[in-house]
Amino acid sequence: MPDAHDMPDSWPREAEPPKEVRVDRRAFLANLLAAAAAAGSPILLGAVRLPRLAAQDDGPYDASEHYYGIGLDVNKCIGCARCVAACKTENDVPLEPHYFNTWIERYILRTDGSVEVESPNGGLDGFAGIENAGTVLRTFFVPKLCNHCENPPCVQVCPVGATFVSQDGVVLVDEDYCVGCRYCIQACPYGARYLHPEKRVAGKCTFCYHRITKGLVPACVEACPTGARVFGELENRATPLARFMRFNDLQVLKPNLNTKPKAYYANLDYEVR
Amino acid sequence: MQGYIYPNEFELQWSLLIVLYPYLTGLVAGAFILASLERVFNVREVQPTYRLALLTALAFLIVAPLPLMAHLGHPERAFEMFLTPNKRSAMAMFGFVYAWYLMVVLLLEIWFDYRRDIVIWARQSTGIRRWIYYGLTLGATDLSPRTLAFDDSAGRWITVIGIPSAFLLHGYVGFIFGSVKANPWWSSVLMPVVFLFSAIVSGIALVLVIYMLTTMLRWRKIDMACLDKLAQFLFYALIVDASLESLDFIHRLYEAEESIDILAQLVQNRLFISLIVLQLLIGTLIPLVALGFASPALRKGGFLRIPPELRQLIYLVAAVFVQIGIFSIRWNVVIGGQLFSKSLRGLTVYKVQLLGIEGLAMTMVLLALPFVILWVLAKLLPPWPDRVPQDDVAAT
Repeated sequence: MPDAHDMPDSWPREAEPPKEVRVDRRAFLANLLAAAAAAGSPILLGAVRLPRLAAQDDGPYDASEHYYGIGLDVNKCIGCARCVAACKTENDVPLEPHYFNTWIERYILRTDGSVEVESPNGGLDGFAGIENAGTVLRTFFVPKLCNHCENPPCVQVCPVGATFVSQDGVVLVDEDYCVGCRYCIQACPYGARYLHPEKRVAGKCTFCYHRITKGLVPACVEACPTGARVFGELENRATPLARFMRFNDLQVLKPNLNTKPKAYYANLDYEVR
Repeated sequence: MQGYIYPNEFELQWSLLIVLYPYLTGLVAGAFILASLERVFNVREVQPTYRLALLTALAFLIVAPLPLMAHLGHPERAFEMFLTPNKRSAMAMFGFVYAWYLMVVLLLEIWFDYRRDIVIWARQSTGIRRWIYYGLTLGATDLSPRTLAFDDSAGRWITVIGIPSAFLLHGYVGFIFGSVKANPWWSSVLMPVVFLFSAIVSGIALVLVIYMLTTMLRWRKIDMACLDKLAQFLFYALIVDASLESLDFIHRLYEAEESIDILAQLVQNRLFISLIVLQLLIGTLIPLVALGFASPALRKGGFLRIPPELRQLIYLVAAVFVQIGIFSIRWNVVIGGQLFSKSLRGLTVYKVQLLGIEGLAMTMVLLALPFVILWVLAKLLPPWPDRVPQDDVAAT
């Protein structure tokens, strides 16, 4: 496997070695690029896999051995909504505007105390430029998704038990069982559910269950360019999520409702609901 | 739309049909409780409405689950609620409460009350009607004094069980909404109680209207003692209902939780007509004043000496106004609770469709259907006091 360290050794031997190796700037940059490409391409091409961040690779998936949560760093979110796009593609979420497993909100806090929140097409349409920039006190993006509550009101109200918490702590919907009464949508305090317009059943974030059971991270986590989303095991393992939770002051949304969310926010503003 | 709402909140989840559902079950519970006044509490004056109230309750109970069914994404899976209910779900229990109320309370009570008459009708009629009545007797054709006494006592006991059942039926519907902690407009411990008393109000008003109209259509004289009593009870129920609603309102205002700003906007912008004008003014204040003056609720013979014909008109208008008010209450709860975002930052809108399975036309059909069923029931089992068959025929 080519390695970045091989490269400097290989080129001086081919030509007559000069007394002092003079590298002009152009050649240096070209070599640097080649080195980076050589080092990076196997990863991009999938020849080398990054260490598994979530489930174990070996053996059939055992839900009882896992307990998942997600960390969200508000300071790292740049509002690009790649997560939203990735989620819609990965999970067959209708592309029409009002169905989202995850979405991005932009908050603008003005010096006069007013707060403006928006999420145009869940963030997919991009955010318009900020008017009256001089009056802005703070502004930030907040990624939202199902909080996969430990005490989920949506699961409590489902009349047929079609929505449930799996052993690994993920709130799921059995699409073959849901009667489409929409009580769960009413019961969710976070607006994280919708009625799928074609399937006529409740739709929501599954943490990309089909991916995490294969040891992959959810699509939104993989697509996030800034690492604002950290997915992983919650129970005392050496995972990025454990580190995220150790080194950040965390908050959950609407803690007064005692839903016990497993979406943990770092650097969250009190204005976020 | 104004302010910010979560992207998934653009679609309003529970439509006009779900407004209809608590409205219909409320009428059922209210009509039954009115019937129980005569049976258990021996309010003799309302006797002419006893059977009418029972049949009204049955007709509306048959229709009550239809809007729910029509609203489901997968109506074909509805039966799963009986087969594999989630015992922690308030909604899952609806099927059982409904079945209990229909099978154990209403049908049994009607059957015991009508059994003697059904047997006599079976003996008197011919052809297909004869067989229908014989079928309805379920084979119990014995009309000896002992069996009739048993019918009476069974009917009384069923009513005794029926009163808490009626409370359960509609209080429980209130609980479906009141227990949603995510929604500050719904989440209230008073919700089941408010639902219950508004149900009693609506049931009395409905039976009053049906009694007046059917009596007039049959060219009979309206029993003014009965009507006065109904108006009197309607007034009392309205007072309790209005007090509970006010308590809820004052409590919210005084606690002034996080949601108070958006709820104030909701009432001022989206619910002004349906809450302030229809529910409060038309549905509560005007009927209260009218009934307070005209009915014997506060003073024997009423505060004003009003001739019976005018009194009938006042009662009729008051009862119709009350119906408008109660329907508005259901609207304000069901639709109102969905017109603001759970982010507490914005309001959304609801546009009623005209056609379609959840549209206005469907609602009208479902509202008319109980009256059709009631008409059929009244043909089969005439609830009118003057149509009770005579004993001497029974002796044959």
